[in-house]
Amino acid sequence: MDYLIRFSQSHETFRLPEIEALAVIEGIDMKVVSYSLESPFCIVSLPSSAAAKQLIQRSILAMSVHELWGSGGDLSTVHSHVRETTSHLWERYMTCSFKFSIDSYQGSRTADEKVSIINSFAYLGFAGPIRMRGADEEFTLFEDWEWNSTPLGIPDPKYYYFGRYLGSGARDLPKKLDLKKRRYISTTSMDAELALVTANLALAAPGKIMYDPFVGTGSFPIACAQFGAVAFGSDIDGRSIRGDEKNRTLKGNFEQYGLLGRLGGMFTADLTNSPIRRVPLRYDGDGVTGRLFDGIVCDPPYGVREGLRVLGVRDPEKCPWVIPKGKEMYKDPDFIPPRKPYSFLAMLDSILQFSAETLVDHGRLSFWMPTANDENQEIPVPTHPYLEIVSICTQSFNKWSRRLITYRRIPDVEVDPRAMKAREERISIGKTADELNPFRKAYFSKFEA
Amino acid sequence: MKVLTLNFLTCAVKTCKASSDSFPLHPKDAELASDDVELNPQLLVNLLPRIDWNALRTTSTELGFPQLPEQPPTAEELQADEKMLKDLHTLLMETQLMEGKLVCGHCGHEYAVREGIANFLLPSHLV
Ligand SMILES: C[S@@+](CC[C@H](N)C(=O)[O-])C[C@H]1O[C@@H](n2cnc3c(N)ncnc32)[C@H](O)[C@@H]1O
Repeated sequence: MDYLIRFSQSHETFRLPEIEALAVIEGIDMKVVSYSLESPFCIVSLPSSAAAKQLIQRSILAMSVHELWGSGGDLSTVHSHVRETTSHLWERYMTCSFKFSIDSYQGSRTADEKVSIINSFAYLGFAGPIRMRGADEEFTLFEDWEWNSTPLGIPDPKYYYFGRYLGSGARDLPKKLDLKKRRYISTTSMDAELALVTANLALAAPGKIMYDPFVGTGSFPIACAQFGAVAFGSDIDGRSIRGDEKNRTLKGNFEQYGLLGRLGGMFTADLTNSPIRRVPLRYDGDGVTGRLFDGIVCDPPYGVREGLRVLGVRDPEKCPWVIPKGKEMYKDPDFIPPRKPYSFLAMLDSILQFSAETLVDHGRLSFWMPTANDENQEIPVPTHPYLEIVSICTQSFNKWSRRLITYRRIPDVEVDPRAMKAREERISIGKTADELNPFRKAYFSKFEA
Repeated sequence: MKVLTLNFLTCAVKTCKASSDSFPLHPKDAELASDDVELNPQLLVNLLPRIDWNALRTTSTELGFPQLPEQPPTAEELQADEKMLKDLHTLLMETQLMEGKLVCGHCGHEYAVREGIANFLLPSHLV
């Protein structure tokens, strides 16, 4: 049967990838019948109403799902559609309490118009009590209006959908995890709504192990834990995990939301010198042995302000004392190891390689990156022979935009060894090295000037 | 950090990775804490193929927990064995390493653990 998903009209490019990810998590066979970025109404085909409810229960961007009883470009088409396809269902709703409403997108109706539209459905013959609150069944007529329809004096919507309400998404979760009410945040904490969407795209779920190698204040692990996963994280800056002197800590955030049991472990580490155990990539692995994570979620740093640094000395010749001093001092608990700037593209490459090595088969990597650099040069979507791109979502701001890119770890046997060979050659001749990184060049030349 | 974390962590020094002595890291002066966590059998079953069983046996003994059997249970055995589920849950999910050090058996490097957070940053001569 067909079902209508009522999306919120925001984060448009994230909506379908989120629902598709949820279909994977719930193991539901879903076909998209109609969808457009310009409309909040999406029609999907699903095996049952129970599946429809289950599909959207943890969606952040879908508001509700409805059994689709009819649709059309005008009301009389909707009515004949409803009569043809659902008359055998009507008697089920003959005596229950019910509610009828109209959901007009980009348009409006006067109270009188509403009454007369609702009355045009009288042939359904529902005789139960009408309840505006807590009705047993809710029926909604959705109207898709042209943009700006009221000032333009457009009399009717472009399209109508009529459906029976089945269930809602998890629109309450972004409120629960709202940064404004979170005990401990920083300027780069990820907004709760998008952190939850990211966790959905990475298929976080009970029994799964998730990891954020740039954990900061923990927004992604918190979102993953909220969906039942056990979450790990690390950051090169131990203070971000440990928090401030007022005892605002990453762990405290988990405590605030009652998620402490799902906090796996947090540690201080540089992704390019990671202590996470790994085995070299191969072509005949069993899909899980030697690999640890079901999902990797992160918002890597991409510039000086975000603190993109790795361990090491930038120019050992210029500062020859740094290494001997480190040798002498490193056992001191207050010793801070030197860091050097690093190329953003090389960091992306490190993330992909790390993910290929540590994700189980079909495990997912979801990470954020800016679409273009400071010079407005588009940054290409990074690729890796062991990772297949699942979706690319874009969030636009006034002057810039960023993407959430999601990959799936493909089984070893599906990997093209030639692509792997080409990659190794490219790396050995230094294609990911700094001089070929326009983004970093532009960024650092400004700061170093 | 949960004891499970120790099964994921090896020495961060690149030249140690090839040595089997660099994993697992050995807890030293360990202070443990214990949390009440709801048992999730599905999680433990999912974890089973990812866990390095020999390393877990070492860690378990070093932290003063009873010796684990030589061979890991199969997924079916684990699901059917309530005591094994409970024991693994207590060790991996409920026990936390709060303070102490994690020592590499190959290079001897000691990683400090404070307030449950291990520090794997390396000085420049080791990166
Ligand atoms: C954009 S912030 C992530 C914020 C995080 N998502 C949150 O919600 O708080 C990027 C983080 O990466 C960390 N970082 C920078 N370089 C790193 C490296 N080489 N390895 C690991 N973490 C690094 C920074 O300390 C910073 O906390």
